[in-house]
Amino acid sequence: MSNPYDMGAIDIAWCPGCGNYGILNMVKSSLSELEIKPEELIMVSGIGQAAKIPHYLKTNFFNGLHGRALPAATGIKAANPGLTVIAESGDGDMYGEGGNHFIHTLRRNPDITNLVHNNMVYGLTKGQASPTSQPGFKTPVQVEGVSEEPFNPLAVAIALDAPFVARIFMGDKEQSKEIIKQAIKHQGYALVDIFQPCVSFNKVNTYQWFKENTYYLEESYDPADRQAAFQRALESEKIPLGIFYRHESRPTFESTLSAYREDKTPLSRRKADFNKLEELLDSKK
Amino acid sequence: MPTFDRELSLTLGGEAGQGIQTIEYLLSHLLKTAGYHIYATKEYMSRVRGGSNSTTLRVGEKSIAAPCDRIDLLIPLDKAAITHVQNRISPKTLILGDKSRLGEDFPLIDVPLEKLAGQAGSGIMANTVAAALVCGLMELDAGLLNQFLSSYFAGKGAEIIRQNLAAAALGLEWGAKIARQEQIKIAIKPTPEVKNQILLNGAEAIALGAVAGGCNFVSAYPMSPSTGVFTTLAQNAEKFGLVVEQAEDEISAVNMALGAWYAGARALVPTSGGGFALMVEGISLAGMLETPLVISLGQRPGPATGLPTRTEQADLEFALYGGHGEFPRIILAPGNLQEAFLLTARAFDMADRFQTPVIILSDQYLVDAYYNTEKPDLASGEPENHFIKTRADYQRYQLTENGISPRGIPGFGEGLVCVDSDEHDEAAHITEDLDIRSRMVEKRLKKQELIKETALQPTLLGKAGSQNLIIAWGSTYQVVKEALEILSLKDTAFLHFSQLHPLPATTAGLLAKARQLVIIENNATSQFGKLLQLETGIKIENRILKYNGLPFTVEEITEHLKILWEGGLE
Repeated sequence: MSNPYDMGAIDIAWCPGCGNYGILNMVKSSLSELEIKPEELIMVSGIGQAAKIPHYLKTNFFNGLHGRALPAATGIKAANPGLTVIAESGDGDMYGEGGNHFIHTLRRNPDITNLVHNNMVYGLTKGQASPTSQPGFKTPVQVEGVSEEPFNPLAVAIALDAPFVARIFMGDKEQSKEIIKQAIKHQGYALVDIFQPCVSFNKVNTYQWFKENTYYLEESYDPADRQAAFQRALESEKIPLGIFYRHESRPTFESTLSAYREDKTPLSRRKADFNKLEELLDSKK
Repeated sequence: MPTFDRELSLTLGGEAGQGIQTIEYLLSHLLKTAGYHIYATKEYMSRVRGGSNSTTLRVGEKSIAAPCDRIDLLIPLDKAAITHVQNRISPKTLILGDKSRLGEDFPLIDVPLEKLAGQAGSGIMANTVAAALVCGLMELDAGLLNQFLSSYFAGKGAEIIRQNLAAAALGLEWGAKIARQEQIKIAIKPTPEVKNQILLNGAEAIALGAVAGGCNFVSAYPMSPSTGVFTTLAQNAEKFGLVVEQAEDEISAVNMALGAWYAGARALVPTSGGGFALMVEGISLAGMLETPLVISLGQRPGPATGLPTRTEQADLEFALYGGHGEFPRIILAPGNLQEAFLLTARAFDMADRFQTPVIILSDQYLVDAYYNTEKPDLASGEPENHFIKTRADYQRYQLTENGISPRGIPGFGEGLVCVDSDEHDEAAHITEDLDIRSRMVEKRLKKQELIKETALQPTLLGKAGSQNLIIAWGSTYQVVKEALEILSLKDTAFLHFSQLHPLPATTAGLLAKARQLVIIENNATSQFGKLLQLETGIKIENRILKYNGLPFTVEEITEHLKILWEGGLE
């Protein structure tokens, strides 16, 4: 119980057996192992069961609106680049409601870590399809089974040259935790798509299903090869896990802002320069 | 002999792409430099090329800050420019232009603008010739014009500068010649006080006011007519260390701004009605998070895409009610450029102090209008942040006497700063404890009372207790003011509101004193009149409303008031 992120005995709103517990534990140990101070970390989330995660960690948090975690996280990071920012939510939140922000955050490349709990179903609204639900998946709404093509977050991220793209399964604790740690340490936007079972509403993609339908990218796999990464992201027969793609060639959003070119002070500690403002007003004479 | 002493109203018209805006910029800045009081307003169509646009410049010996119908001098660059402003042309209007292009339908003084431009190097410089023509008519110093053009075209290379100077020389020569031949006398005197004043438009006033308010973060999606605010800040981002980002949509823009405020920045979101529509969930979020937020809402006619380049004051109710649930907010509406600057600066302080959204309502007319005005006074000092250094036991939503919980920011102090869009307890954790819910609602609404106490008083022109009272808000201030100066009505005063919500407690008293009330609004349903009735119980029967997409002119207001209070003239 020495983890500084531990909340102690609290009421957690997840179902017994939910995959979110495993993710919470992995994130908690990753953060303490990386020795990030809770007061310098911001957890940002949207809405949904996964989005409740900031409440179960003793740290700063911004639990905003459905789908809007990434813009808020970007604003936080741009206002104070010294903070560690993690945007963590579910597949419906990040890929559905927040799909547009997902695309443009990848283009923007802020130095934030994006952890997405992907259980291929909407839990909080009780079992409708999510953007990642598999074809044929039956729900009270998709009564004849999902007919849409599932959203492929990894392929999209690689297509947009996101500098860190990974997928993990919460059942594989040690491997997954190591990847989360690398994602947090990575300079730039890092996507970690996290497979998790929803024990209440997804009777197809269970612990067993994930175990049987996933495998790890081989050790010889080179995550610097973008084309190979894209190809591996399209595999669907058996789904690969691991770091698909990583590079450090893209500047982060914050580093491109002229505001930080010479001065790294967070915006909160800056003063409006009234001399320059006087000068500018005088130039209008 | 046409003589213009005191004031000249000059209208230039042409299609988009003919350089009307360049002439507006050149002439307004040049004439201001020459010491004239200047005012410029444009009206334009929503297209990149073609259509028919115009700009009206008023040049005077006294400060001018309102649009007029009257045209003393019209310079049309194409035929459509004449028909476009036809109902503003009087027998006294002098039309100067290319007979070969404009035909014989209108009596005009022939000036071969395009031919002269061609002689200087290219027909496209007809706008430079036209600007110089005006300078020639006014007997303006050629050196001043040349210096101005050289610096205006500085980025375009020596050849372009040379050609434009040649075009200007021809324009000046023709201007002087026409003034002699037609005996046109423009005898407006420059005034010394103009020299120390600044010339800017409403968009710049709002943008620079934001800087004065400590704004250091701007996120927006471009939309007319608020793009000018966004552009001005982007162009000065490096100078002032501002973070400026063009978001993928307005939803992102407002959420970025909320994230930025949470982390200690002072963020502005410029938008228009259509963009504000997308931000409504973010406004509501600001209400729940108690995060400060400043939105500059430049109104244009709706609903939906409406008239994208025109003006209206019809988003007041939307600004007032946009966002679900009950929470405090502040709505400001500047009446002129001074207020646009000062109120925007103030908006940041109010947002920060009361931890609530502040909406600055301007409109296309205000953001696009240029005139010279006193340099705003920065003596009130640099903005102070209202956040605190947190202690280890910090709770973001601490229940306090006045409803304001001390605001911490992450990374400053030992405490943790937690905010949540769900109903929450003092530590920001989600709660469904309905007793806490009630207390949080009350806490948030308590702030409204505090805000009301600090509400800006309306400006009263004329005697308090006058029998007739004219009421207006926002950008109509100057036009009503000028109309009243012309009319000299008996026992009449003008009450102008630049804080619309919450209204100061004095409002009912001020209204109740008058026997006859008239409200002037640039919308069809008198939205502010309805709000006043809601707040004071007083219904204003007399309404002067305009909603065709154009701002009121001095003549229109004058006419309306004359009819309304016939016999009340001194």
